Amino acid sequence: MIGLTHYLIVSAIIFSIGLVGVLRRRNLLMLFFATEVMLNAVNIAFAAISHYYNDLTGQMFAFFIIAIAASEVAVGLGLLIVLYKKYGSLDLDDLANMKG
Amino acid sequence: MYEVIAFYLFSVLTIGLFLVTVMSKNVLYAMTSLASGMVLIAGFFFVLGADFLGVVQLIVYVGAVMALYSFAMMFFDATRDIKEKNTSSALVFLLGGLSALVLVLIFAAPIHSDAIQALYPMHEGVGNAQDVGIVLFTKYLVPFEVAAVMLLVAMIAGILLAGKKMDDSLTEDLGADDEILIQKDEK
Repeated sequence: MIGLTHYLIVSAIIFSIGLVGVLRRRNLLMLFFATEVMLNAVNIAFAAISHYYNDLTGQMFAFFIIAIAASEVAVGLGLLIVLYKKYGSLDLDDLANMKG
Repeated sequence: MYEVIAFYLFSVLTIGLFLVTVMSKNVLYAMTSLASGMVLIAGFFFVLGADFLGVVQLIVYVGAVMALYSFAMMFFDATRDIKEKNTSSALVFLLGGLSALVLVLIFAAPIHSDAIQALYPMHEGVGNAQDVGIVLFTKYLVPFEVAAVMLLVAMIAGILLAGKKMDDSLTEDLGADDEILIQKDEK
């Protein structure tokens, strides 16, 4: 039978896939995709806990996470378009212009 | 029985599709696999009895967010492969694997506290959408309104950021635009 642990483990694996993406990718658009993967993994964990503890709070948090993700995409894509207009590239290595 | 089949099917497919998203060099492949992975995550929600959350996931993520991404594809050159300089890829995979291991160990640990009890319990015989609506509009009304204001701010910010200088082309070379202008002048 499928228990809470199964869902949490799947969520952890998907979250780690997103984490590898955030660490590995150099393109800003791909970084956005990896962030979406991580947000979805957390949503799975919230829904599973909500189901197995018979509590609606987890689903509420998942709703607000979805709302935050939607607004993040709207603002983030606007910023990406401005960056692309200015530099002609979305690669993080090209955009690093502060010599630190 | 069906729950077991659905769980393993969805989890294997989701993990595979998200791996394609993270590893692919092509933006279109990454976006398509991300969209289909999100559909399968909505399947997880339906299996877990969170019907309304699943529908919201389908509408907002697969509908709105992916449509936004595919609109943004028009501005960036999507057909070209992305050339990335991946330094120390082994270190990244080691770190990701270690964090996956730690997370799995944490989540697989038995939960000892018996004091966990439902704050807003689900009601028997009431649909999920009704339950969610009652809790959302009584207990979570203020966060709901704040989220609405946040979405409005995000919309205005998106319009302002992306709408500036919409008339000059990004991907086509400037020579083509100049030729069109010259042709217009000649007429």
